[in-house]
Amino acid sequence: MSSAAHHGPTDYYIPDSSPWPIVAMLSIFLMLSGTALTINAVGAGVWMVLAGFVLLMVMFYGWFSVVIKENLADRYNEQVDGSFRQGMFWFIASEVFFFLSFFGALYYIRDIALPWLGGEGYLGVTHEILYKQFEAMWPSAGPGQLGGEFKPMGAWGIPALNTLILLTSGATVTWAHWGLKEHNQKKLVWGLAATIALGLIFVAMQAYEYYHAYGELNLTLKSGVYGSTFYMLTGFHGFHVTMGTVMLMVILVRAMKSHFSPHNHFAFEAVAWYWHFVDVVWLGLFVFVYWL
Amino acid sequence: MSTATIDLEHHGEHEHHGPPKGLKRWLFSTNHKDIGTMYLIFAFTMLFAGGLSAMAIRVELFLPGLQLLEPDLYNNLVTNHALIMIFGAVMPAAAGLANWMIPLMIGAPDMALPRLNNLSFWILPAAATMLILSFIVPFFPGGGTQINTGWTIYPPLSVQVGMSMDFLIFALHMLGISSVLASINIIVTIFNMRVPNMTMMRMPIFVWTWLVTAFLLILVIPVLAGGITMLLFDRHFGTSFFNAAGGGDPVLFQHLFWFFGHPEVYILILPSMGVLASVVPTFSRKPLFGYSSLVGAMIAIMIIGMVVWAHHQYTIGMSLGAVSYFMIGTIIISIPVGLMVFNYIATMWRGAMTFETPMLFAIGILLMFSFGGLTGIMLAVVPADMQYHDSMFVVAHFHYVLMPGAVFGLFAGVFYWLPKWTGHMYDEKLAKLFFWINVISFNITFFPQHFIGLAGMPRRIVDYHAMFTEFNVISSIGGIVFGLSHLLLLYIVIKTVRGGKQAENKAWEGAKGLEWELPSPPPFHSWTTPPKLAAS
Amino acid sequence: MAAISKRLGALSVFSLLAGWAGTAGAEMALNFPEPAAGVAQEIYDIHMLTSAIATVLLVIIFAFVGYSLYYHRKSRGYRADQRFHETWFGQWSWIIVPILVLGIDLTIAGSAQKTLEKVWEVPKGEDLLDVKVIGHQWWWEYEYLDHSVEIDGKPKPVRVESRYLPEDQAGEDTAGYLRAVDNPLVLPVGKKVRFLHTSADVLHAFWVPELAVKKDAIPGYVTETWVDLTREGRFSGQCAELCGTWHSRMPIEVEVVAEAKFKAWMEGQKQTMLAAAAEAAMDKDWTMEELMEKGRANYNTKCASCHQINGKGLPPAFPALTGGAIVTGPIPAHLDIVLNGKAGTAMVAWNTLTDLELASIITYERNAWGNDTGDLVQPRDIKAARTLAVK
Ligand code: HEA
Ligand code: HEA
Ligand code: HEC
Ligand code: CUA
Ligand SMILES: [Cu+2]
Repeated sequence: MSSAAHHGPTDYYIPDSSPWPIVAMLSIFLMLSGTALTINAVGAGVWMVLAGFVLLMVMFYGWFSVVIKENLADRYNEQVDGSFRQGMFWFIASEVFFFLSFFGALYYIRDIALPWLGGEGYLGVTHEILYKQFEAMWPSAGPGQLGGEFKPMGAWGIPALNTLILLTSGATVTWAHWGLKEHNQKKLVWGLAATIALGLIFVAMQAYEYYHAYGELNLTLKSGVYGSTFYMLTGFHGFHVTMGTVMLMVILVRAMKSHFSPHNHFAFEAVAWYWHFVDVVWLGLFVFVYWL
Repeated sequence: MSTATIDLEHHGEHEHHGPPKGLKRWLFSTNHKDIGTMYLIFAFTMLFAGGLSAMAIRVELFLPGLQLLEPDLYNNLVTNHALIMIFGAVMPAAAGLANWMIPLMIGAPDMALPRLNNLSFWILPAAATMLILSFIVPFFPGGGTQINTGWTIYPPLSVQVGMSMDFLIFALHMLGISSVLASINIIVTIFNMRVPNMTMMRMPIFVWTWLVTAFLLILVIPVLAGGITMLLFDRHFGTSFFNAAGGGDPVLFQHLFWFFGHPEVYILILPSMGVLASVVPTFSRKPLFGYSSLVGAMIAIMIIGMVVWAHHQYTIGMSLGAVSYFMIGTIIISIPVGLMVFNYIATMWRGAMTFETPMLFAIGILLMFSFGGLTGIMLAVVPADMQYHDSMFVVAHFHYVLMPGAVFGLFAGVFYWLPKWTGHMYDEKLAKLFFWINVISFNITFFPQHFIGLAGMPRRIVDYHAMFTEFNVISSIGGIVFGLSHLLLLYIVIKTVRGGKQAENKAWEGAKGLEWELPSPPPFHSWTTPPKLAAS
Repeated sequence: MAAISKRLGALSVFSLLAGWAGTAGAEMALNFPEPAAGVAQEIYDIHMLTSAIATVLLVIIFAFVGYSLYYHRKSRGYRADQRFHETWFGQWSWIIVPILVLGIDLTIAGSAQKTLEKVWEVPKGEDLLDVKVIGHQWWWEYEYLDHSVEIDGKPKPVRVESRYLPEDQAGEDTAGYLRAVDNPLVLPVGKKVRFLHTSADVLHAFWVPELAVKKDAIPGYVTETWVDLTREGRFSGQCAELCGTWHSRMPIEVEVVAEAKFKAWMEGQKQTMLAAAAEAAMDKDWTMEELMEKGRANYNTKCASCHQINGKGLPPAFPALTGGAIVTGPIPAHLDIVLNGKAGTAMVAWNTLTDLELASIITYERNAWGNDTGDLVQPRDIKAARTLAVK
């Protein structure tokens, strides 16, 4: 590439053409169309999802390898680093709004839809005409009591413990960051390892909680709006924790290979931000889904 | 422009001055101009695809009775028409302009994240394939029913639809991913890549409009994604977000959809408004009037636009307090939008105007977008909307703001920058002819729809009562002429790409801005060294 | 204000053209139809006001742009005023223009708010006629909640089923193509009516332009509107929310009649209902001929919009019943899908039909169009299936 921007870290690095975006596109297409077929009981779908997933992994590996190599070759100046940082920031912002849509739905259902069904306010006539028997309170599976009787998930057992775990993991990742800044490899590696361990424990406890809910509380995805919002919010959050943990693992490996320097460790910070974001979302979940 | 020197050490085998050769140049591109070109070509293709379905719609509505289409096929076409036009034609075209022009305008070597840029583009063809699959899957055995919901895919109707709805949902997810990634890139480019002297308040307005648009996209697209994900779960996994029996509410989906959907209309219009800010001063030979108030107006549109979504849902049974709030909020939007329109008119006022094609389109926008905006204000009035809602009056309103608003703005941009992109002047006579046919047939198509709407014709119906015949006949005839006129556009563009009078660096006498300092067409790598911007 | 608005109203494009159409005398209409209710009149007035304001604003914009285009063009030798934005106007327009626009906005919003307060909420403490309007795919059901007859010891509201009539079945006195229904909604003039909107399946919207109310019918929720009927007549409307395949064939006919006529009609309606109930309650064995004849009538009104008169359906949306696995298979499965419907499809639970109606329809389906299973389903079989379903 003939760009003068290659003259060393004072110029903005413009990468050569790259096959990875196309591979990413193909993998997304395969996975999504495969899912569409699978949920409609078309057999070939599963294989498409699998192929897409493999391609996705290959893509991540390939794409990030290139980026890491370029980084290690000192191609990125501070401006490029700034672009990465800002990019990550706005990506997280978009994720925040994704979660907000689910929190918004929870708010709407609890404070607007259910009271209407229960006879309050402007649409109270609904209750008078359709649901004379129904009493609106949270948790609820609606006037049809869909999914049958269930018990809601309490806040002060596993969820409270999980809150503690995630908060601690937020601290450990910061601790690791200090280690990185101080050139303290041990602190960095152990901080990361502890964070990953906490993340894994969190996911395991969450899985146990689901198991308990399905087995003993009869609280399922089909348990009316309570079940819907509960599993949707905690499920997407759990998915993000899992993703975050995997990202932390990658960072740990890179940390052990001494990829980072006190001034150049965007990847570490990006993952740390992501982790804090997941943390904050959890606090929202704990308050609005479990507690209130 | 200094010719770039080459650093042999860093890339021995990758050496080339110009673009990579062959398919690789396009598939693997990291070049903002190539990606911009691909966006524009894609958008143009989609304009024809969406237009073809519009033609089918107009032929069906030519006379009462079932003429050509089964009811479900009609609704399927309406759905696809809307989605293809909005997500396939207008948004990618605007993104194409952004890709081409933002780096040139702010003196950047490229977009901030070039590989991501390629990904945002290439997801689009995949998404379009998915969208087209959602259209054709029902024609295969076992493919289920057609999508007969309109682009708003309201449940519970969208829960009744078969497998094609899942393809549609995933297509929307992909379109959303593409838009969010492109927006991230644009925001970062604007914040991080300006030449040192260019403060935020010295950026061209076009760049500003895209900054605001990108913010809007990042804020609202994820909410749409959340909404359609809930829909997917209601369809297949037994949740009851939109099912009253389980304590949910079908209207919740409408709130989520319009929380995205209303800001979306400003996403469609703002880049075109940005084009005006380049075109009008150029052909008025006079500085842009009211730069800072334009910036302020845009930010106001972004903020107010986010909190008035429920004006699409006046008929769902909100309380008096709620509808009053949404009504007043919606009407207030006329202040910033009006200020924008005013500033453009004031830019023309006491200028020295010539009327090349971009300027003609700009004037067309000012007049007809204002008309569409004013009918929007009529729609915002709740008691009157009791009558307008879901009638052809609404269809007339939004085609006035979408075609002469958003699409004409894109046409103006294309004609304005075509000399820069291709190095050739387009055929001015043909282009003017295109403008006149376009503008006249557009009005013949959509003006009558106001009247049939007021008289009581609902939208989204395949067949109608005889009293609406006359105007539908007029509208359909106008529509076909309007559609055909775009073939002329295609011809003009192809002709310009292949040759024509050599364009100077500064193709227009009155043009200002960094993009006109580069040769036409610009070299493969535009600003390899940041240009110097005079301290103001 | 009112005087100004009338003046402006006279200026507006819409009223000009409406006047023109009036003289042309065509059936073609350009504006809202003449209101038939007080609330509709209010809405008509606010519509004329806003369209007048919009027209005036548009004329102003056209005037400014037009003037500027003509006088400030280069070919006329006009030299651009490079310092225009530095004049006092350029300095202050950013605040002057918004204030002007805000003024107009508040004018519009203020009058709109007044109208809104008059029409939006159902008047309290008044004697209103309650009509429950239920949207179905693709027909309307009306229940007069204030008028009921006693059936099986329980009060049942008077019910009207209103369905689209194809052109060849529509009579001379009906509203014509795509507008004719078998049973209109009958209302007394001079009365305030409260509509309670709901739906049995997907969203619909009840819209009669002369009455000007439009409200979505949301399954599982009830919304309300009201009108004060001011003149007699026959008014046509249509479903105004996309509800699937035959959304375009969900006409509404409202007949507003004098109070006395309404009373007489209501009496007749009650008698019909009682007679039907009595017939359904007869504990007798119906013959094949009787059931087939009743079945054909019931099927053709209730089921044929989807499964078609000839039973061939419209696959893939609506399955054919000729030779279908369910219709020619074991009876319980057939009873099950008709009584319980199929969730997530347009096939709803038809358990609101009487035992006799269901028995006749099912018998008909199993023997018509060459299905010839010879099965005879009696009302008591339906009753048994219902109690099973309750368990
Ligand atoms: C580019 C797209 C675009 C734009 C810019 C707008 C702009 C506006 N729209 Fe429109 N609208 C749509 C696209 C757009 N709309 C679409 C696609 C739909 C239908 C969706 C569907 O259901 O499928 C729709 C539907 C729609 C509805 C719902 C109707 C219904 O379904 O019942 C409403 C109601 O309030 C509305 C209002 C407005 C308003 C108030 C504006 C304002 O922003 C307009 C502001 C502009 C002006 C007012 C003109 C310029 C100003 C002046 C000249 C100053 C003086 C003016 C005054 C003092 C008033 N629009
Ligand atoms: C940016 C968005 C956009 C654009 C550009 C258009 C463009 C057009 N639209 Fe679209 N329209 C929508 C957005 C848009 N529309 C939306 C959101 C809806 C609502 C959907 C819903 O209800 O869910 C809608 C609905 C809609 C309806 C109402 C359907 C109904 O409610 O029943 C109609 C009817 O006339 C219509 C017509 C047209 C026409 C004639 C054009 C023309 O401008 C098209 C111009 C044609 C071309 C650009 C094609 C180019 C040329 C060729 C392909 C070759 C020529 C070939 C032949 C003539 C055969 N549109
Ligand atoms: C609004 C449209 C609609 C109406 C009206 C309707 N149906 Fe259906 N019906 C359907 C649909 C859709 C299905 C397919 C359900 C599925 O996916 O299995 C169906 C399926 C059936 C089946 C099963 C057919 C098979 O072989 O799978 C029977 C039997 C049936 N309907 C009977 C009736 C009867 C009796 C009536 C009238 C009382 C009726 N339907 C009215 C839409 C309708
Ligand atoms: Cu019912 Cu449309
Ligand atoms: Cu809107």
